[in-house]
Amino acid sequence: MAELGDLYQQVILDHNRSPRNFRVMEDAQRVAIGDNPLCGDKIKVYLKLDGDVIEEVSFHGSGCAISQASASLMTTAVLGRTADAANELFRMFHDMVTDPGQGEPNRKALGKLVAFAGVREFPARVKCANLAWHTLHAALDQQAEPISTE
Amino acid sequence: MAMQGAVRTERASRALDILRIRRDFPLLGQTIRGKPLVYLDNAATSQKPTSVVDCISRFYSSENANIHRGVYQLSERATAAYEAARCKAQRFLGAKSASEIVFVRGTTEAINLVANSYGRSVFRAGDEVVISGMEHHSNIVPWQLLCESLGANLRVVPLDASGTLLMDEYERCLGPRTKLVALVHVSNSLGTINPVKELVAKAKERGAAVLLDGAQAAPHMPIDVQDIGCDFYAISGHKMFGPTGIGILYGREELLKAMPPYQGGGEMIRTVTFEGTTFAPPPSRFEAGTPHIAGAVGLGAAIGYMDGIGWELIQGQEAALLEYALTQLQTVPGLRIIGSAESRAGVVSFIMEGVHAHDIGTIVDQEGVAIRTGHHCTQPVMDFFGVPATARASFAFYNTIEEVDVLIGALRKARKVFG
Repeated sequence: MAELGDLYQQVILDHNRSPRNFRVMEDAQRVAIGDNPLCGDKIKVYLKLDGDVIEEVSFHGSGCAISQASASLMTTAVLGRTADAANELFRMFHDMVTDPGQGEPNRKALGKLVAFAGVREFPARVKCANLAWHTLHAALDQQAEPISTE
Repeated sequence: MAMQGAVRTERASRALDILRIRRDFPLLGQTIRGKPLVYLDNAATSQKPTSVVDCISRFYSSENANIHRGVYQLSERATAAYEAARCKAQRFLGAKSASEIVFVRGTTEAINLVANSYGRSVFRAGDEVVISGMEHHSNIVPWQLLCESLGANLRVVPLDASGTLLMDEYERCLGPRTKLVALVHVSNSLGTINPVKELVAKAKERGAAVLLDGAQAAPHMPIDVQDIGCDFYAISGHKMFGPTGIGILYGREELLKAMPPYQGGGEMIRTVTFEGTTFAPPPSRFEAGTPHIAGAVGLGAAIGYMDGIGWELIQGQEAALLEYALTQLQTVPGLRIIGSAESRAGVVSFIMEGVHAHDIGTIVDQEGVAIRTGHHCTQPVMDFFGVPATARASFAFYNTIEEVDVLIGALRKARKVFG
């Protein structure tokens, strides 16, 4: 049975309480909006790229602990990566939180992001964990429309 | 002392009644995540007593036929069962005649029916609909659609910080162009009970028709549409221990008679030729197609069940639950109740400092507690109170004081998880 501790890991609670890279980036090259109005989760992801490499990344907004911590950990995980590598990480993260048949997540590749492995036991919260990643993807892809995971 | 003793005895006797009543709701006896289910989302939908479930099953097992057409006995029986449910609904709402009761899918469809039929035939460009700041989306959007298509205007009566309608602002909103006032009887997100009789009287002084959204009122208090004086009253079966997909629009006879059809089809016509069609009188005019017959019959059974329990017990238990919940919630650190109207029903919205409503919902679910989290289809209410979402506990007579304790314990746990 899914335990509460599986979802609200210390690292998630910590990133919710003190989100990293939490700021509006005035001179961002790319901005995308993620909006889950039914939940009340709304974030903006800001990027500065050097060629294909994410040179700076930040986010701003409000939402539940899962969405905020996911955005925070995401920014720390994709900093310095290429767009392709960030998208690959997104794919692995997405598989980890959505597919119950995944088995053990790839701890080496996912690093601290494995804290979200418990989300798969809480189907109603998957959209919270994914929101920031979809928003990052939209920013890299230069999508103008706000995206939603609801 | 004797007085206190009497109160204690009354409470104890009610507690016994409630334990007996809970046996009528088999669903309530289950466990969730290994804990007894504590169902506190009654404002979203209520649970169904065995008598309602059995009645629907019996209808399909032994009475099912289409209504109002067959000359055979089975069809006559189905028709009689459907029309008997209409008569029960008439008595439940205090309507003058059964022909004032239109079966619809629910409150939402009832409001859309009035907006499209009454609204489109009566409104002209520049006319006004008055609603309040605490409406459910279902009593906002149909009027916006009407206003957009006809060039009419929507006026919104603001609330005060307690979630109470501002009466002087209401009077200011009523003007010579006000054709219709559409208000919620009991707020689904704040619990506020609006003084509908007074509100209707003021609208009537200015010649406006009045629709009341009674979805949250019907399960919790006796309704008398003639005493209230409204023109339309809308309710949903599933919020009052009946099935989903069935609801009632009460419409005053003179108005219904003058209204054009809402949907076209079978059942709602008198004669059809390719040159033209004449329409049946109300309520058939507004019930195109085969209706939700079993749903109506089940709703009739739900009304019968509520009659059997009686308002004294229903209201006594809900008042006790509300009073206890309001007191206990205030003992949870960092918890703030949203909505503090003097006259209120058993619906309590709250937020917890530093903890998003969805995290609260997930944590209390681990303790078996089902509450609603989100904007409750009242985004303007959330905006007014400056919160993205709230958690909401809503009670029915089958809830117990002990269940409130489980909720409070679960909320303390949420507080602990988030520090």
